[in-house]
Amino acid sequence: MAVYKRSYRPYTGRLTPAWSRFFVLTRYAMRGMFKSKFLTAVFVLSFFSPLICALLIYLNHNPAILTMLHARHNEVVSVDGQFFLGFLGVQGGIAFFLTAFIGPNTIAPDLANGALPLYFCRPFSRAEYVLGKLCSLFYLLSFITWIPALVLFGIEANLSGAGWMWEHRSLAIGSLLSSWIYILMISFSAMALSAWVKWRIAAGALMLAAMFLLSGFGAAINAVLRSNIGFYISPGALITRVSSQLFGLDSPINVSAGSAWVALLVMCGICLALLAKKVRAFEVVR
Amino acid sequence: MTPVIELEGLGVRFGKREILKGLTCSLSGRTIGLLGPNGAGKSTLINTLLGFYHPSAGTARIFGHDIRTQTKQIRSVVGYMPENDAFIANMTAVSFIRFMGELSGLPAEAALERAHESLFYVGLGESRYRKVGTYSLGMKQLAKLAQAIVHGPKLIILDEPTNGLDPPARQRMIRMIKEMRQVHDVHIVLCSHLLRDVEEICEEVLILKDGRIVHYSNLEEERSANRRFVEMEPVGDSAAFTQALEAMGCECALSANRLKAVLSNGMEIRDIYRLAAERNVQLRRLNYRRDTLEDIFLKAMETNTNGSL
Repeated sequence: MAVYKRSYRPYTGRLTPAWSRFFVLTRYAMRGMFKSKFLTAVFVLSFFSPLICALLIYLNHNPAILTMLHARHNEVVSVDGQFFLGFLGVQGGIAFFLTAFIGPNTIAPDLANGALPLYFCRPFSRAEYVLGKLCSLFYLLSFITWIPALVLFGIEANLSGAGWMWEHRSLAIGSLLSSWIYILMISFSAMALSAWVKWRIAAGALMLAAMFLLSGFGAAINAVLRSNIGFYISPGALITRVSSQLFGLDSPINVSAGSAWVALLVMCGICLALLAKKVRAFEVVR
Repeated sequence: MTPVIELEGLGVRFGKREILKGLTCSLSGRTIGLLGPNGAGKSTLINTLLGFYHPSAGTARIFGHDIRTQTKQIRSVVGYMPENDAFIANMTAVSFIRFMGELSGLPAEAALERAHESLFYVGLGESRYRKVGTYSLGMKQLAKLAQAIVHGPKLIILDEPTNGLDPPARQRMIRMIKEMRQVHDVHIVLCSHLLRDVEEICEEVLILKDGRIVHYSNLEEERSANRRFVEMEPVGDSAAFTQALEAMGCECALSANRLKAVLSNGMEIRDIYRLAAERNVQLRRLNYRRDTLEDIFLKAMETNTNGSL
């Protein structure tokens, strides 16, 4: 089908492996995300906090500067579970804000423009479609959450020595796992809302509202019933409980860590069920 | 030769509604037309063949691949142009077609090359860097065709490809489809309710009504069979001319000044002119009479069948 010949010919070249094709969707989705200057600006600003933390860790290990500040080692900053929990709290907030901004744009345009049949008439399944879109959010949010956390862990390990790294390995594992469950949770929520609410602004607002309303509603249930059952519908409280357990800290959320994990996984499952209902080539009207 | 499409008691049900009812047939033509009134089940049949809907009964095969178990294999050899608007609005046409090519398994460079080629082929070469969302309806139809052929499929399914096109654009689309069918190893399924489009393009026609097959027709065979019916308007000794035709083995019917004849084997039109000249008969008019697709379609709409051929 050469341009100058303008005639049709079949394709006889090599094909890419079937398992790798969801990356195509991820690649194009990420390219689309970074067309937004606002997103790019917020993404760049999200590295401000890691830079400050890295600077504090450096100061903490620099005797000359500590002397100047009349401070001792670990007085500037103490790199422990609380440090990483606080760091991920700040980064998690930025990640949530970004997800509320870009998440509604993941599936809604494809639904609005009837593009889903074009994806699924190819050797490309619904699961691969969801995976491709999820990966685009996962990559983006990873650069805001667990990757800088591991970089900070690496800097501290480099300055404190291998002994510190081995002794505090749970901080790295905690950063990784708590970020992953958080990213999965907010990504699935954003995608589910994107699939059900086609108006982008409404979907973004609904995501913010869902997070805060559910937390408020959970707190109200706890107050009225004098129980802890309200925590189970509050994603923020559940994430805090799970992260506290992973960092070995006490948590104000009085539910068991195991049940918090289960509740988060159930929430992810509900989002997946909502996605499965909407992400199809054609809706069947029974 | 493996049939392109085989239906074996294929049934599709949405809740309590039975949409397709035990369809059975085998189609192996280069260009297959799916005809039927609105709601006959044409698009449902296509969507089921592509694996979008699960059959409630029976099965179907495309190039021998079962739609129940080998959906991926089927989709890798099929290009589909949907009826409704289907595009990614914030992408340029070339990015959109390239993206679709990559999803079909083409490496990025090959997909880009074929995206340019496809867009030039369908006539969107000059506007390939415009966003698809800004295209007119006709241009969107062409972009949909480009995405259906970018990966060079063996079977191209076109669902109402001439919808919303003005006459020149419609002609251009039909010409392109005709060109594509000339390519070795490419089969086309054309789903339309426009009889003229199907008649111009297709060799085989399957007519659906209320989810059942009501008629199957091999248009090529019918066209060649129809050439044997001749309608004339002789002036002069019509009786003698009729006798001469009957002596040559034709079946004739003379009414007023019109003569209808079914030509015998081996007899050609020039034999008719020779016989007329020998008897000093003028032929004011001579037509090959043939059933049009419209005749076939209207007859099919009056019949009721059990869904199988």
